Order: sequence, then structure tokens, then C-alpha cells
Amino acid sequence: MSELATIENDLTAKIDAAATEAALEEVRVAALGKKGVVSEQMKTLGKMSPEERKEMGPALNGLKTRIAEAIEAKKQALAEAALDARLASEKVDVTLPVRPEPKGKIHPVSQVMEEIIAIFSAMGFDVAEGPDIEDDFHNFTALNFPPDHPAREMHDTFFFEPKDDGARMLLRTHTSPVQIRTMMTQKPPIRIIIPGRTFRCDSDQTHTPMFHQVEGLVIDKQTHMGHLKGTLEAFAKTFFEVDDVKTRFRPHFFPFTEPSAEMDIQYERVGKEIRFGQGADWMEILGCGMVHPNVLKNCGLDPDEYQGFAWGMGVDRLAMLKYGIPDLRDFFAADARWLEHYGFDPVDQPNLATGLSR
Amino acid sequence: MKFTLSWLKEHLETDASLDEIVETMVAVGLEVESVENPEERLAAFTIGEVLHAEKHPDADKLKVCKVATKDGEMQIVCGAPNARAGIKIAYAPVGSYVPGIDVTLSKAKIRGVESHGMMCSARELEMGDDHDGIIEAPAGAGVGDPVSQWLGVNDPVIDFEVTPNRPDTNGVNGVARDLAAAGLGRLVTPAPAAVKGEGPCPQKIELRFDGETKDACPAFAGRYIKGVKNGPSPQWLQDRLRAIGLRPISALVDITNYVTYDRARPLHVYDADKLAGVIHARLGAQGENFLALDDKQCEVDETMTVIADNNGVLGLGGVIGGESTGCTEETVNVFVECAYFDPLRTAKTGRKTGLNTDARYRFERGVDPAFIMPGIEMATQLILDLCGGAPSEVELAGEIPQTDKTVLFPPSEVKRLTGMDVEPEECERILTALGFAVSKSDPWQVDAPSWRPDIEGKADLVEEIARIVGFDHLPTATLPLSKAVETPKLTVGQERRRLARRALAARGMLEAVTWSFLDARHAGLFASPDDLKSKGLVLANPIASDLGVMRPSILPNLINALQRNADRGRADLALFEVAPLYGDDRPEGHVNAAAGARRSAPPRHWQGAAAGADVFTVKADAIAALEAAGAPTPSLQTTADAPGYFHPGRSGVLRLGPKVLAHFGEIHPRVLKEMDVDGAVHGFEVFLDAIPAGKKKPTKTKPALDAPELLPLTRDFAFVVDAAVTGEALLKAVRGAEKKLIAGASLFDVYEGKGVPEGKKSLAVEVTLQPRERTLTDEDIDAVSTRIISQVGKATGGVLRA
Repeated sequence: MSELATIENDLTAKIDAAATEAALEEVRVAALGKKGVVSEQMKTLGKMSPEERKEMGPALNGLKTRIAEAIEAKKQALAEAALDARLASEKVDVTLPVRPEPKGKIHPVSQVMEEIIAIFSAMGFDVAEGPDIEDDFHNFTALNFPPDHPAREMHDTFFFEPKDDGARMLLRTHTSPVQIRTMMTQKPPIRIIIPGRTFRCDSDQTHTPMFHQVEGLVIDKQTHMGHLKGTLEAFAKTFFEVDDVKTRFRPHFFPFTEPSAEMDIQYERVGKEIRFGQGADWMEILGCGMVHPNVLKNCGLDPDEYQGFAWGMGVDRLAMLKYGIPDLRDFFAADARWLEHYGFDPVDQPNLATGLSR
Repeated sequence: MKFTLSWLKEHLETDASLDEIVETMVAVGLEVESVENPEERLAAFTIGEVLHAEKHPDADKLKVCKVATKDGEMQIVCGAPNARAGIKIAYAPVGSYVPGIDVTLSKAKIRGVESHGMMCSARELEMGDDHDGIIEAPAGAGVGDPVSQWLGVNDPVIDFEVTPNRPDTNGVNGVARDLAAAGLGRLVTPAPAAVKGEGPCPQKIELRFDGETKDACPAFAGRYIKGVKNGPSPQWLQDRLRAIGLRPISALVDITNYVTYDRARPLHVYDADKLAGVIHARLGAQGENFLALDDKQCEVDETMTVIADNNGVLGLGGVIGGESTGCTEETVNVFVECAYFDPLRTAKTGRKTGLNTDARYRFERGVDPAFIMPGIEMATQLILDLCGGAPSEVELAGEIPQTDKTVLFPPSEVKRLTGMDVEPEECERILTALGFAVSKSDPWQVDAPSWRPDIEGKADLVEEIARIVGFDHLPTATLPLSKAVETPKLTVGQERRRLARRALAARGMLEAVTWSFLDARHAGLFASPDDLKSKGLVLANPIASDLGVMRPSILPNLINALQRNADRGRADLALFEVAPLYGDDRPEGHVNAAAGARRSAPPRHWQGAAAGADVFTVKADAIAALEAAGAPTPSLQTTADAPGYFHPGRSGVLRLGPKVLAHFGEIHPRVLKEMDVDGAVHGFEVFLDAIPAGKKKPTKTKPALDAPELLPLTRDFAFVVDAAVTGEALLKAVRGAEKKLIAGASLFDVYEGKGVPEGKKSLAVEVTLQPRERTLTDEDIDAVSTRIISQVGKATGGVLRA
């Protein structure tokens, strides 16, 4: 075996045997360093005859290149092995639980109000508001409640202590005062919905002293009861997200509308669930009617020129019906278990393009 | 209001089924609440015949009976004294539910003797009060027939809601009139015929009112009937009253109840021999009282209409009669009253006295004034039929109130308001059927009937026509859109609340909705009690004593809710509410706020528990809500002057100059103690209405991105400042030292203690420098550093820490 072959065999064996990057470096220095065996061999080239050089030059360069390549390859292999070893040592139990993050929720009343707003916005309704503390004129008189209407009496209305002039403020018993405030400050055409808190001095399983309403009002020169029917039927279908919700209108009485009606929807009780669009029973979900001529007059509008409809519905009750929430009183108890169960993820923003709810 | 099907059929000639009647009632606005069909209710019970009865071997009062039933011959043990061979009885088989005793029967052994089923009393089948013995059915009854067929209880009972505008439907004839108009049959209500009286009424009547109060009782008719014989009323009348939930008393009393329900016409019958002198209607006087028919002493005052004689008050006009002149079995001479009492005054009297009677219910909604005279004739005839006697002529004091009302009505109004096409002929037919008189001039002149006080104008007539035609004939129309695509609808305030709500929920908080009112004691911790009173926020009639004032802050409700949850084992919780609070009773006092409260007990975790909430958590909450709602948060200033319900050292105010946008901090321990709340609570309240309105921008274009090519670099500075110097002041000085190069400054260390002199603290700031045109030289950086150090020195007196 030639000397070069011996050197190559020897170095290759050492490279193979190097177990660490440091050992490999030692081999590299011993082979290719200034005083390494390969470098020493290279130095002999100068003393050679041109013929010898012509033969040995390429042989030595080949050796040098092969050793360098072998070292590089081994270096990479060692690095890979080191990385594998490190990664193996870094293994964790990925089944361990993540740190719990509290999940915020939107209250069903807020969510359902936004759903209702989304529907009526698409039908061209603005969203109007007014104060919770009202006076007798806006809450009753202007809405055609005769002076001693039973609803004005203590058992229905929350009153405040009388002022020096005897006038008493009250907590609005419906959101209808905002109809009056709007009609008195805005020229028709008017198309608004009015969400808000309302108050009645009443408390039992199905009544709470505070609840929420959305009221609607349309005033122009041509809107009739057919529009009322079309609008509220479309609302019921869209809100309950059931294709064939059946509705019916029944004559009823309210002081502030004439003719007045209540809208029922058809349902069936299946176990504890209420299903719409099937069954044979009817439940009332809202009151409505054509705005009473006296109300228009009270707001300075001529009932022979202007006409329109109004309705009012309970937001809490609609939320109960749609989402199967059993007890009204729980809405206001701020029980975390209830809020987490019936509340909505803040990313679920009601929108007609995506459907109102998941 | 309840009535039975057979009763209705005395007014309405019809072939319609019960279902059709109920459907039509609903369709015309008489909202049926329930229909009770005794045939169905009593379906389980059939006629049986006692074949044999003998004494129970081991019980004196029990009998062992052999009974023929639909199920064959049965042995039944029975305790009724009238159980005997040969009678027809009401048989309840094993497995049936007996409503009166709330029991489902099973095979039983009574004192050792087997008993299969039961023979029922009237009370056990809820057919009356009788429980002295078992029901004895007529001898002609066949074994196995339904009991309802033989016991006069096969008459369905309909209960419906009378709306306040329809006092006429407080009588069965009013219901019949609506149904006839809707095409369900023919109205056949008999008009009461005048009964000829003999001689003038010996009982004198007077109205004693002055001019102003005359309308309290404008008309009072009466008639004397002598020689009557009072006693139980006949079975048909008793059955009818019982079916609608009234207790039969005596013929005379039952007659008045009958007319009340039949014609919505309350009456009163006095024992004429107990009256002293002229019977008269007048206003009461303070201090007067009488024993009412409900056996309670009734106090009278000067606002109430009373009926009186020489001995004093006999009863409250239109509300309740008195015990002293009531009819009994011994009554032989009677005086019948049929009067008109003012609805408003009757309603007030009723509310004041708390008396809910059938008479009050009708008078306060308005009885038909034109039926005063017919009413007394009808009562007279019934008394003569059931009790005999001889009537006098009718005496009337006062005048029958006028009810003439004419509405000018173009029939085109129906189309204008409802969109329905109804032929004028049909409009006329409906109005006429409902008792209106139509004169077809242009416009029509329509006279309202005397029993319809609710009719005021054209819209009322439209409703009459529309409801009889049926609302299911309304067209379905869509509101026209004024734009191809609708524009945004929320006001700035509504949008702020929506965004603040979602931002807070996104921070892991639960949205609560709590009462607008709260305990005065708790409100007083968040606002001065005198202010609450003077600003008109105290309720006169709260639903509960702990819900007596309008809330001056949302925080107390949330703090209480945190404690309630903690009591249920939920100690780690963050709640918020976006809703109004109340500054005063004006519309401007209605303030929209977003408030939140945190009580933390972070759960243990293998990576270590998360940090608990502190003052900076709720500061971050407040800033998040403000930012979502559109406030310019980088410009906010923080001051340490939060209201007294916060910890004085751990609370702050976020403001823009003088404008307060938020409070935040730890709730004052004294407040928590007063509210019985354990542990620490942190809270914030953001005043969304106080955020300045954003400028309306001409386009939605965002400013161009500023992304320099050159790398930013950072330098750290530690300053020793007086302990009172705020972090915000130091950062402001640093940021203001050089506007071009300083891209940011963050405070990363606060230190007091060893190495820093007493009364001082060290604040360390990392400053980010952003080169713009060229790489910074050491000189450039030194120059900026010098300016920072000098600016901090000037603004805060701080020096670079050695």
C-alpha cells in the first residue's frame, strides 16, 4: 500500500471514530492543520521533480479534498446527532393541561338586542333611545292613556317621590315614550326601533320589576296594517331562524293603537323544548297596531295626513323562547354559571350575512 | 269572563261547533283563555247501580256494596250514609283520577274487605260542595252512561279575556253579538218586556249630589215588589252559576248575578222591610262605615258614591251592597235597584277599598246606560217567575245619560289603514250587525250603540270592520326601502356600548345585567344619601325595600354579585355591565357606563398560578373599554383622585384634562365591609358618554405606513427621583426630550430600598431610538442621552442613578 493510501485509511478511520465535534476538530488539525499529515505531505511537493509532482500533485489534492469532505460530512452527522439528542432530552408531556384562560361572555339580552337590530336595520329602521326616568306626559298622557287608566296606578308603575309642584316622575313602563319624543322632534317619514330597559312594579315567576323591550314605529303617508303584518312576519322568520314560522294576528286592545292586534306564533312543546314552525298551539309574542289618531295629534301630526304602525315586544322573553332559557328571573341574578352557559362568545356578532347565531 | 255553551245559545242561534265558536271568538278579539269541557273532564266516570248493600263486618259506618258497572259487577266499600240498594251512582273505576281528592284509585282492601273503585260525591268530582253523601243520579240513567249526561254538567265552560275597551262583552249577549256579526249564527237575545206595575213605587228614591258631582250617579231606577218568596233558585240557574264559578245563594241574589253575566248589567235587591225612609245616592262622609256583603266592615270617605237611607250608609254604589238590608230566606218585600255609576269614581273607590266585585268590574269599564230600564224589567220578570210577588211601577231618579255619538266615516278609511279591500256593503253589514246605525251620506254618518263607550272616531270603526272580516285577510306587504343598501343605523353612543361590551368580554369578563335600582344603604356608599333624595332618585313605591333607589353607580350591584357567586364557591370571577346609571331624574341624568369588578383567587396550575387582579388589571380593563369605544387612549392622563369608595392609595382617574372618562382601583375595604363582602375587590367604571366625539373623516384612508429601513436601537436609563414623582411624569419627560429619534419609552423597573436614598425611588426606562436618515454615531446617541437626562432633571428633579 502506498504511503498516501495508508494516510488516507488512517485518517478515515480516525474521522469515523471521532465521537464529538472536539475530537473531530483534533482529527482535522492533525490532518489538515499547518502541521497536519496531509499538509506535511503537501510541503514535500516543492522538492519533487516536475514528473513526480505531476503525479503526486493531483493525488495529494485529491486526498486533501476527500479528507476535508469526510470531516465536513462527519461534522454534519455529529451536529444532527447532537440536535437529535438535545431534542430527545427536551421531550415534555404534551398531555399536560394548558393554563386556563377565563372566557368572557355576552349576556343573552345584549346578544338578542343586537340580533333584533340587525334584522330591522336591514329593513331601514334607525335605532332610537330615550331615558329610563320619564314624566307622566311621555309615558301616559301623550300615548292616549285616559287620566285614570288602571296602568297608571301604583301597582303597575314605579313612581318617584313627588316634587314640590306635585308632579311625579316615574320609571317608564314601556319604551313607547321614545315614540313620542321622536315624533315631536322629527318630521315623518319615521322608521325607528327603540330598545331599552322598562320597569313595572310586578314580580313573580314570569315578571321581573325590570325587563327589556324593543318597540318599533313607522310613520309616513301610506303605511298600513298590511305592512305591519309583512314586517313582523319577516321579523319572526328571521329572528327564530326557522323557515316556516307561522304567525297569526288577533284583534286586541292598547290605548295607543287603533286597530290593535297581538301577533301569535305557532309552536309545539317537545319535552322541555319549544319548537316553532310546527304543532298546533299559539303563543303571543308581541302587541302592535296602527298608531292611534290621538297619539298622532298629541305629537302635532294630522291623522288624516300621516299614518303608520307601532309594536312592542319583550326582549327577555324572545331570548327565552329562542334559546330555551327557562326562568326570566335568572337573567338578572348575575350567576356566573348561568352567564357562562347561556352567554355568547364575543366573536359571535349577529349579522344577517352569516346567520344571526351559530 | 266565563260562560257556558248552552248559555251562549240562548243568545245565538247557531249550528257552529264548540271549536268554531272558540276560533271565531279569538279571531274577533275575544281572547279565549281556556275551554273546559266537563264531558272530557268526567269521561272516566260512568253510571252504576247499587244492587246490594250490607254492613261491613268490621266497621259500623262502612257498607259493602255490589254494584253493576260498565266493567261488570263490582264490590265497592263505601262510607256514605245514602249508599243503598237500587240507587244509580257515579262510578269511578280502579285507575281513574278523582280530582276532588287528588287521588288515582287503586284496588284496595278496606278493613279486610276488597274494594274495586269508588262511588263519588259531588265534591269528589268537583261538581259542587256536597259531601254528605254520594251522588244519586236519576233513576232513568243507564249503567255505563257517562255521568256528565245525567248530572247536568255536560255544558262546556269558556273563559276569555275582556279587554278594557269592550265592557259590552262582560255579558253573554255581547259575545253573541260579535259572533253573529262574524257570521256564526243569528243573534236572538230577547228584549226584556216591560212588566206592568200596580201603583206607584212606595219606596222613594233621591239623588243627593251638588252640581259638580252630579255625574257620580246620574240615574237611579227602582221598583218595589211585595210578597215574594225567597229560597234556593231552580236547578238550571244554580247549575249555570256554578259552572262559571259562582256560588248559588238564594233566588233573589242569584237573579242579580245572572243578569250581571247575561247582560253585563249589575243590579241590587234590598229587603224593603229593612229600609228606613228615602233610599238615596250621595257622596260618603269621612267616618261613615257599613258592614259589606263580604262580612267586612267598610270605611267610606267623601270621594265615594254611597247608597244610604235614614239609618246611614247601606252600600257602595257600583261596588258592593250591605249586610243590613240584604235579602234572606225570610224576605217578603223587596226593592230592586238598577242605577248608573260613574266609571272613574267607581274605579277609584274600588282601588281604595280593594274590593274586586263583579259589579265594580262592570261599572268601572262602563255599563250600557240605555239598559237601565230594560234591566229592571228583566230583573222584575225573573223575580216574578222564580219568587212570585206583585211589582209596583218603576221609579226613576235623575236622567238616563245620553250616549249619542256620530262618527263621520268615509268607508275608504278601511283600505287606507288596513290595506284590505272590503266592499262598502260588507262594511255596512258588519257595522249594522254590531249595533251601529249607518246612514250612507258622504261621508257616512255612523251612530255608535249605547253599549260601546270605546267608539270615538274613524279608526275605531276601521277596527270593528277589520276584526270582523278577520285579520287573516290582511295583505302581506313589505315596507319599501329608500336605498338599495341600507346605511349604518347605530348612533355613536350605541356603537360605543356595543364595542366596549365586546372588548370587555374579549378580556375574559362575563357580562351581567343587574337591576337599575338597589338598596339605599348600598347606594349611600357610592353617593351621598342627601344627593340621591334631592336629585329625585328615591322610589316612592319600590318593589322591595332593598330596591329603593336608582343606582348612582353600577359597581355596588356587581360587587354584591361577586359575593353571591363567592358564596356559591366561585371566588375567582370578573363581571361587567354596560348599562345606565342615574345622576338625576332628567333625561340628561341617564348616563351610559361600562363598569366591571374583579375578585380574584387564581386557580393553582402546574406552571404556577396566574397573577391575581390588581389595580393595574382594572386600569387595563378601563383603557381597553375606552379604546374600543373610540377614546384617544394615548392622550389619557392618570390622576390619583378617584372617589372615596376606592382605596385612597390604589385607585385612579383616567381623564382628558378636566373631563373624567373612568375611575379604577381597589374598592375601599370599609365599603366592602359595609356590604358584607370578604376579600379584595377591584373595579372600574367608564363613562362612555364623556368620550369626546371623533372627528368625521372625509375618507377611510389610513395614514401611510412609517417603516424605516434602519434598525432601531435601545438604551436603558435608571433615574433616582423623589418617591412622589409619578411614572407617567417621568415617561412624559423622556418621550418629550427628543421628538425625532425617540420612538418609544417603556418603564421596566421600579425600585426602592438598599442603594437608593430614603424618600427616593429608582425608575428604569428603556428608550427606543429610531434612526431615520443614517446610522447613528456614538455622538448622536450621547447627544440624545444628554437631552433625556436633562429633560428628566428639569421635569422631575431626577438624576441618573450612579
